[in-house]
Amino acid sequence: MAEMKGSMTSTDVLNNYTIEEIDTDVLIVGGGMVGCGAAFEIKKWAPKDMKITLVEKASIERSGAVAMGLSAINTYLGVNTPEDYVKHVANDLMGLVREDLIYDVGRHVDSTVQLFEKFGLPIFKEDEEDTRSIAEGAKPLRAGRWQIMIHGESYKVLVAEAARKALGEQNIIERVFVTELLMDEKVPNRVAGAIGFSLREAKIYIFKAKAVIMACGGAVNVFRPRSQAEGMGRTWYAIWNAGSTYAMGYHAGAEMTTMENRFVPNRFKDGYGPVGAWFTLFKSRVLNAHGEDYMQKWGSMLDDIRPYGQAKIPATCLWNHVMLKDWMEGNGPFYMNTSGAMKTLFETLPEKRKKSLEADAWEDFLDMTVAQAGLWASMDIDPGETNSEVMPTEPYFLGSHSGACGMWVSGPEDIAPKEWQWGYNRMTTVNGLFTGGDGVGASGHKFSSGSYVEGRIAAKSAVRFILDDPGYTPTVHTDNKTLAEKIYGPMITYEKFKDYSTEPNVNPNYIRPRLYLFRLNKLMDEYVAGTSTFYRTSEASLLRGLDLLNKLKEDAPKLAASNLHELMRAWENYHRSVVGELHLRHVLFREETRYPGFYYRTDHPKLDEANWKVFVNSKMNMTTGQPELFKKAYIELIPKN
Amino acid sequence: MPSFVIAEKCDGCKGRDKTACQYICPNDLMVLNKDIMKAYNQEPDQCWECYSCVKICPQSAIEIRAYQDFAPMGASVIPMRGSDSIMWTVKFRNGKIKRFKFPIRTTPEGGLDPYKGIADVNAGSLKDERLCDEIGIELTAPKK
Repeated sequence: MAEMKGSMTSTDVLNNYTIEEIDTDVLIVGGGMVGCGAAFEIKKWAPKDMKITLVEKASIERSGAVAMGLSAINTYLGVNTPEDYVKHVANDLMGLVREDLIYDVGRHVDSTVQLFEKFGLPIFKEDEEDTRSIAEGAKPLRAGRWQIMIHGESYKVLVAEAARKALGEQNIIERVFVTELLMDEKVPNRVAGAIGFSLREAKIYIFKAKAVIMACGGAVNVFRPRSQAEGMGRTWYAIWNAGSTYAMGYHAGAEMTTMENRFVPNRFKDGYGPVGAWFTLFKSRVLNAHGEDYMQKWGSMLDDIRPYGQAKIPATCLWNHVMLKDWMEGNGPFYMNTSGAMKTLFETLPEKRKKSLEADAWEDFLDMTVAQAGLWASMDIDPGETNSEVMPTEPYFLGSHSGACGMWVSGPEDIAPKEWQWGYNRMTTVNGLFTGGDGVGASGHKFSSGSYVEGRIAAKSAVRFILDDPGYTPTVHTDNKTLAEKIYGPMITYEKFKDYSTEPNVNPNYIRPRLYLFRLNKLMDEYVAGTSTFYRTSEASLLRGLDLLNKLKEDAPKLAASNLHELMRAWENYHRSVVGELHLRHVLFREETRYPGFYYRTDHPKLDEANWKVFVNSKMNMTTGQPELFKKAYIELIPKN
Repeated sequence: MPSFVIAEKCDGCKGRDKTACQYICPNDLMVLNKDIMKAYNQEPDQCWECYSCVKICPQSAIEIRAYQDFAPMGASVIPMRGSDSIMWTVKFRNGKIKRFKFPIRTTPEGGLDPYKGIADVNAGSLKDERLCDEIGIELTAPKK
């Protein structure tokens, strides 16, 4: 690891740190789409004297999964009904979703997209000359049934500007990494705040809050990435998503759901550029090395996977499933047929659209995955001439895209059955702890717009929650010395042992965050169905993996950090290992193959609707500290044909 | 594809209250070497190539060099971000150049009004499911 001249060293921090206590009513942890949505909505419901604080590990202009920008908004209903949306999402996620939560996103999401346009987000219109907004009646240009195209380079900048204006600069604390939630000392199962540290100065933060909205995204780099050198930075989902939402929620006692799910996107190889517009807007197909359409060739495999393989558009994992079959038959590599698609479009499109076709194709990358444009340039790829390789990536954990990891939350009162609601929409099973986006489990396909919606819903609920209990004051146990020793633990370890060896990276007394990550990545990959086994695992393999993972976590107290940046990596990678364990245990518990193409239990290779059309949930036993896994019934709210 | 700082161009943002790249990097990668007053990427293999630092640098001192573990050398992608649009210059390995310009926002920079068109006093109820711009609208619910 390079010498880190810029970040404050462990010596400086440990000799000079101070502790700042912040009393707030609502604490928003994370300033991505959910956090910014919450910031916007909350000011319209909170009484004037209610204090709202947002804390973010980066700068909100460019934080979260939308930091780079986006080329499409993937959830805009338009003429579709929320019922249609539920059916689509339920099928894509192999039947196991919370239909109340999905319906709820569906009924709010269009007004949120119209809000983005008011903020200044340029949205492509079906008629290029139409200068009206969607709210005024213009038709957005559809990339697919649910997607609309945007000029979204500054999507996050706009959303952040609105959040800043709503909350006020003084209430947004940036470059502070939150390590864990604080629970109330007097009231059981109630969150009372959070603790974290500054990345810029020697300062620990203690936040006391009556409600916390936890929104730190999904988890990236839990599995070994396909690229192992510089290219490992080029993850598909935002690399700074460290699983903190799941790890901190789980440690606070929140019930988790569907953590066995993962998303394995099939993307342009190595650059991980988006393929969605190529499929839906440019009508392209992925072909094998011999120019064959694998879906036509092996599509009958899906006859066994009922009913999810029979839908007009089969579930996302099933496309991978069929492609992997063709791969195993020796027919890779696979290519997106961009040249064929461009040729057809040139023959069919009106003259006006033809002109912008090339720019649209490049903008798709430049708005959200610049690296892919760079890779095409490096390879001299002109999409009209040369097809580009496509490959399933390493697994990711998220609850907003085509995945369903997250916390088990209360649903809307007017939709959710009684089993699924306990008073406050989007509140977890921990009182006062709310979440949205990647934090809400069993309800994927929200994407950016739906995540913002969930932030808004959580914010309104949090205000109601606080006002319903006016006498409450948070009581947290904050012995400063213990707290500092915990948060700065990796720095203390580094300082204690750094001079023992002549090379600080090789020292028997500690493990640096980078190696902790690599150890996690290797075992997840080899035992928990990563890319090296083509996403295959079994009970025996999982148990062996669990043994290795437990030993890794036993070594976590020996993490060492030489400066504040590395201290953040220590905490992030620890959070990643907690997510890894949750995933492993859920995969072990679910004795079937629910998501073929995302992962296979080779000892239970079939989808088992009779026994496993249930949610797998988990919770930490707060007495033993051990996870407990159990089934939760699935309830159908929207009839599926 | 890690960011790199061109030594000759970087002035460490010394005339400003904070280093722009260090302020913006979502992954806390950019830092200032105060000895020479120049910024650098402290952890290149954690760079997502989001271009936030490239776009914000007031000296145009930051560029991206393709991830060398899979990208052939010689290409570059360089943005010039204005207040309402962005210009991209894509240089291919074979020397070919393409330029693109896309709008980025329709409101003036720093000039958006988050609550435009939404009543100052919220007449809605905390006890129903309507959001602040949905007051008076009938929300649908699934048929029971």
